Amino acid sequence: MSWSEDKPIVSIKDVKKSFGSLEVLKGVSIDIMKGEVICIIGPSGSGKSTLIRCINALNDIQGGSITVEGREVHDEELDKLELRKKVGMVFQQYNLFPHKTALQNVMMAPLKVLKEPKADVEKRARALIKKVRLEGKENSYPGELSGGQQQRVAIARSLAMRPDVMLFDEVTAALDPETVKEVLVTIKDLAAEGMTCILVTHEMGFAREVADHIYFTDKGVIVEHGAPEEFFDKASDPRTKEFLSQVL
Amino acid sequence: MYLPLKLPQNPEQRPGYMPVLLPMKSHAAPVGVGTMVQSFLSTKMGLFVLAAFLISLGAASYAQAASGAQLGTIALLWKWTPLLAKGFGFNVLISILSMAIGTVLGVCLGILQVSPNGIIRRVAWLVTQFFRNSPWLVLLFYCILLIPFEIEVFGTTIPFPGWLKAVIGLSLPVMAYMSEYMRGAIQSLPSGQWESADSLGFSRGQTMRMVILPQTVKRLLPPWMNLYAVLTMATPLVSIVGVDEIMSFARAALASENRVDLLIPMYLYVLCWFFIYCFPISGLTRRLENRFAVKS
Repeated sequence: MSWSEDKPIVSIKDVKKSFGSLEVLKGVSIDIMKGEVICIIGPSGSGKSTLIRCINALNDIQGGSITVEGREVHDEELDKLELRKKVGMVFQQYNLFPHKTALQNVMMAPLKVLKEPKADVEKRARALIKKVRLEGKENSYPGELSGGQQQRVAIARSLAMRPDVMLFDEVTAALDPETVKEVLVTIKDLAAEGMTCILVTHEMGFAREVADHIYFTDKGVIVEHGAPEEFFDKASDPRTKEFLSQVL
Repeated sequence: MYLPLKLPQNPEQRPGYMPVLLPMKSHAAPVGVGTMVQSFLSTKMGLFVLAAFLISLGAASYAQAASGAQLGTIALLWKWTPLLAKGFGFNVLISILSMAIGTVLGVCLGILQVSPNGIIRRVAWLVTQFFRNSPWLVLLFYCILLIPFEIEVFGTTIPFPGWLKAVIGLSLPVMAYMSEYMRGAIQSLPSGQWESADSLGFSRGQTMRMVILPQTVKRLLPPWMNLYAVLTMATPLVSIVGVDEIMSFARAALASENRVDLLIPMYLYVLCWFFIYCFPISGLTRRLENRFAVKS
């Protein structure tokens, strides 16, 4: 492919998405370079989650284009598996497989989808569980873990596929306040290692701390964007100002 | 065409019980009734009912023995017990085979009911609804009449005796109920399970096999066991289409004894057999339901 690291790893161009007659995205464009961390913020119903679900083709789009490493995502002939290997996703509701232990959850996709040898997969899975600070919980079932612990297993499970881009869809929204931090620390570690991260979040403090770039969406369009300092301190659009005055 | 309807040899045995028995038995078939019965009966209640059966049997026997003229009721029932036990063995065999076939077909049909292909989904739905809303006895008659008594495959002749046709006939409604349970169980799982498996690169088939189906098992187990108890209670239907089982043997015993006073105790005795077999199943089902209800 013609993609190289000086070009955006994820390129979103004029994306339009409707659910029936309801237009959720009305032409959104974002470029993300490799190793960048971007946060998408905005009021609920502004299309943030829909946008990142379009990046790994969980939702289809009605117009525009999304490319990951130069490959069009919404192409009929796209090898979905190739895309899934490149893009990992973590959900608000964790969505761990409840009938499998933490370790099995992490091992399942590399074992069954990538068909890698079990010994390698297990070694990597144990390392990942250690990395998300859950040593000792390998054999616990999701039902026996707290929300924050489940979410960290979910992050390890996505990382086990060795993605180039990680999508985080309001991953702390369903958590108790005291467990939010442990998940954010895990994401921060990832960002520090150079993982390309796209986050939809309501954690403004966190966004300011880790993001390279912040996008504010409202009613299906990007209203304003910029580096955290200028975005939070010098927002110019009245909608951004109003939103920030409510959440900060 | 030969209609395999076995009526008692003795015409005096005929009036009364046959026509009454038919509609009552086929009423016992729908699952809803079974569930009601099962939730209504507590263990204590069940033991009470059983005790009432036995006491009434004992009383009848005592009255007989007191008259001294003939063999007592209990002695008579005991005399016929080996034959009835053999008959009940057929009931159990037929119920297990029908359940096995119906379960396998029903699980497949249930999975087809959530197929992404609209045509497959609709056909599976139609088949399910058709067999779920057909009287079991009518399905039995259809199978007995429509399935040939032998089938030739690659030069080998496979015989299809009546009992095997009856097994197929009873497996059809089981299939339909299982199909509905399966669809319900799959659809009751949160859509996030599909999405996360999808985002990890699992194909639809892999997701179904490794993520969805294992999680449906505990949801399916209680209704599946309940269905089995209901099916077992419906197996006497096959006697109507001429297949030997406990009811046809009981009728044969009654015919050979030719004693009117044996009629009620004999059928009570048959009821006891079913009760002793089915009651523990519904008790276990209830326990599983409670356990899973707490867990999820």
